[in-house]
Amino acid sequence: MHDRLIGFRTLLYKEVLRFWKVSFQTVGAPVLNALLYLLIFSHVLDRHVTVYGDVAYTAFLVPGLVMMSLLQNAFANSSSSLIQSKITGNIIFVLLPPLSYREFYAAYVIASVLRGLFVGCGVLLVSFLFVELPLAAPGWIFAFGLMGGAILGSLGVIAGIWADKFDQLAGFQNFLIMPLTMLSGVFYSIHSLPAFWQKVSHINPFFFMIDGFRYGFFGQSDVSPWLSLAVVGVCFVFLAVLTLAMLARGYKLRA
Amino acid sequence: MTTPAIRIVSATKRYASLQALAGVDLEVAQGEFFGLLGPNGAGKTTLISALSGLVRPDGGIFEIMGHNVVSDYRNARRNLGVVPQELVFDPFFSVRELLRIQSGYFGIRNNDDWIDEILASLDLTAKAGANMRMLSGGMKRRVLVAQALVHRPPVIVLDEPTAGVDVELRQGLWQFIRKLNRDGHTIVLTTHYLEEAETLCGRIAMLKSGKVVALDTTENLLRRFASHSLGVRLENPEMAAALGGTLAVGGWANFPLERYEDLEPLLARLREAGARILELRLGEADLERVFVEVMNRA
Repeated sequence: MHDRLIGFRTLLYKEVLRFWKVSFQTVGAPVLNALLYLLIFSHVLDRHVTVYGDVAYTAFLVPGLVMMSLLQNAFANSSSSLIQSKITGNIIFVLLPPLSYREFYAAYVIASVLRGLFVGCGVLLVSFLFVELPLAAPGWIFAFGLMGGAILGSLGVIAGIWADKFDQLAGFQNFLIMPLTMLSGVFYSIHSLPAFWQKVSHINPFFFMIDGFRYGFFGQSDVSPWLSLAVVGVCFVFLAVLTLAMLARGYKLRA
Repeated sequence: MTTPAIRIVSATKRYASLQALAGVDLEVAQGEFFGLLGPNGAGKTTLISALSGLVRPDGGIFEIMGHNVVSDYRNARRNLGVVPQELVFDPFFSVRELLRIQSGYFGIRNNDDWIDEILASLDLTAKAGANMRMLSGGMKRRVLVAQALVHRPPVIVLDEPTAGVDVELRQGLWQFIRKLNRDGHTIVLTTHYLEEAETLCGRIAMLKSGKVVALDTTENLLRRFASHSLGVRLENPEMAAALGGTLAVGGWANFPLERYEDLEPLLARLREAGARILELRLGEADLERVFVEVMNRA
């Protein structure tokens, strides 16, 4: 194998091993969180709400929770790894070797996607114990899971590089990622919102990630999955270019 | 002509109002044991960081074994091993895992034979499976050295490797680094322990305010800058100042000697002045004096 590929694969392996070694916290805990959301919301709302005509609320909720967990954990993976490495100083072990900034980006983002997928699959598997869920178009599920994880993985790299303290990273997570996720239609269909808030939802890229993901289960969604895929694709390209530009400049990494 | 291990031409770097490097030119030949000395803030770490790609210089050329650290960074970095000043480690992994991962970053798989050899040389074999968090400071320092060596770099930079390290470990570490140097590795050392630099380094550069203010073989620096001294314990030490000496504790006075030939005339002057000498000792020139003198002159 070419030694460049070995370098990239090693960084990817290290990033995966890093979260896998504490999988109780990085995979198990988010699955439990999602399960609690599911039990509470389904208990309260299942008999009162149906979506897309005849879809039970609990079934509607599951894809949203899966995607929310996937996105949040993809972000947490790259951002926490980078900020910890920066603060403890061990980031130099990644900066001294002959790794390119593209390899650096790819390794961190792919590891984030993998953690997101692990958590997402965990939530989905546990949900199957409680809910019968159709799989109308699995290709869409996979495509949006992959793209959503890559977008949040990239955002995590940006936040991890930008933040100098855990406090700043928490701000990024609590004031940007969390509101965008919670207001994206995880818990509701935007058709249940007033017209104004429906329009507001359309400027939230997280809405398109979750709506497209949900289409894969039910074959129905608030907007066309192709539109969602286009929005998500443009977001990913924008963030990938931005992150690569930051890494190429050595922003906050190579002073 | 052989390619220099390190070549730095007109290196500059500014951080806001601080000129960290102000036009540094330096060449280190292959196989040298080279010392980089200077007070805190002189630019040593910035120079090493720019050489290893951790810092982007504003100007100048940096080459390792003929490879430019910017345009040919992959080959430059493959040829360089850096032991950082700070005691940094990744708390998620064991010593062996870290060394395997570090090997992989440099494109090396199945490196366990060499890893075992390094672990044995650094007396870390028993700790190979231990998590980094469980190691003492001295052991963590040794792991840093091991990490810098996993890819067998011909050029090794040690940035204050013995800061806060006990005597036993320090001696063990130098024994190992000397062996690496004998095996052909180029060693660049920064340290505040000047006696270490004097003992180990064949050539030394001294930096002040981002400039090289002295660059020569250790022997020449000692010869050029530092004088010897005569220490005498006098029955009547108060008279030393009048004869050009400086008073020290316990009735001792020190008199500078440019050359050994000046010893006899100095003793004659002391006798003539009525000084009664109780004890006498000759002080050799050392790098600490050279350092102080160079820094004062620059």
